[in-house]
Amino acid sequence: MRDLLKQTPSQTVGPYFAYGLTARQYGYPNSQIADGTLADETVSGTRIRILGCVFDGEDAPIPDAMVEIWQADSEGRYAHPADGRGSNTGFRGFGRQGTGTDSRNRFLFDTVKPGPVGGEAAPHINVILFMRGLLSHAYTRIYFADESARNAADPVLASVPAERRATLLAQPDPSMPGLYRWDIRMQGERETVFFDL
Amino acid sequence: MSDTAGGRDWQSHPPYLFADYRSTALRAPTRPLIPIKHCLSEMTGPVYGHEAVAPLDADLTRNARRNGEPLGERIIVTGRVLDEEGRPVRDTLIEVWQANAAGRYVHLTDRHDAPLDPNFLGAGRCVTDEKGRYRFYTIKPGAYPWANHANAWRPLHIHFSLLGPSIAARLVTQMYFPGDPLLAYDPIYLGAPEGARERLVSRFDLAMTEPDFALGYVFDMVLRGRGETPFESRV
Ligand SMILES: [Fe+2]
Repeated sequence: MRDLLKQTPSQTVGPYFAYGLTARQYGYPNSQIADGTLADETVSGTRIRILGCVFDGEDAPIPDAMVEIWQADSEGRYAHPADGRGSNTGFRGFGRQGTGTDSRNRFLFDTVKPGPVGGEAAPHINVILFMRGLLSHAYTRIYFADESARNAADPVLASVPAERRATLLAQPDPSMPGLYRWDIRMQGERETVFFDL
Repeated sequence: MSDTAGGRDWQSHPPYLFADYRSTALRAPTRPLIPIKHCLSEMTGPVYGHEAVAPLDADLTRNARRNGEPLGERIIVTGRVLDEEGRPVRDTLIEVWQANAAGRYVHLTDRHDAPLDPNFLGAGRCVTDEKGRYRFYTIKPGAYPWANHANAWRPLHIHFSLLGPSIAARLVTQMYFPGDPLLAYDPIYLGAPEGARERLVSRFDLAMTEPDFALGYVFDMVLRGRGETPFESRV
């Protein structure tokens, strides 16, 4: 077996990513490849919005984080060759939002609820998190609190200590149909579960 | 199996908590990461092809001109994106952003007292070709001060974001320049483990230099392999 090449180390996204990665959102003149809107009217599925905030170890909202999400379409298909099934027309499944443009430093994604991927997995959205002060990015997942039967059968949720699972559950907000609340906490009693993948 | 490709190699990546980089204190996760067995969610990721880039996107010396050429030293930054087994990773979307020659970012919250350049934005993107190659024209960035500690200066660097074959292979990093005396004092660079951080330093290459035009720097990047059965698909 020959030697493997070594991975290029990660470095922080820094405080000035906005005009490079999220230019339009922040009002810079150049374009960006993805934003907070994953699904327009042409995409089939149940429309949802995910609204949240990233909190630091003192419970202060983090104003310079970047949240990326990657998800399957409403039928559980990823728009990627490894899936092989194709996806809803026009649904790429990738979103990107900085937390620096909302007055309360929230992120907001407009998308469709993903279908379950594979046999057992509960519907979920994969999250990649970047910020100044985070030298290596962090991975987490969004599950849906109103999917308790499927959540109970999900092997990844089962691998998380029971008392920490709630950190991964987006909660339906009764004030608006389709709206879910999901915050990320970097530290503290309710620190979000982060994965090594 | 210790050299099986696929996992995140924590001998190469910086830890979350790194005391010399002060912002890590309140932002570093404190609990152990929970391992995930790779399934479709981890083995897939957003797909961007060459249609995602416009012709000038990879030329930062031209993509924001208003009334002339940007100031500073023109450079070429080029290299290959490979996986851990040395295979080229094609169709990787690379996004870059950087300070101008004076060490100033276009970013609205950059308060460094150095001039903006009306003809330089400092952002670009490109997609790797079938051999994993990429190439940017840009201006050599300047050093800039930051508030981490007294008299703190970032070494010259270009920020890189790579969307490779899967979200597991996602990489955001920074490229540095050879011989920069500030590297020895920079807690972000030093946050990467010794023996690994050196791979973040590009190398000057006369062969990549365009005579009478721009100096060439080579920066190759290695992304994680494909997961648990990396050898299966080898031809
Ligand atoms: Fe920077």
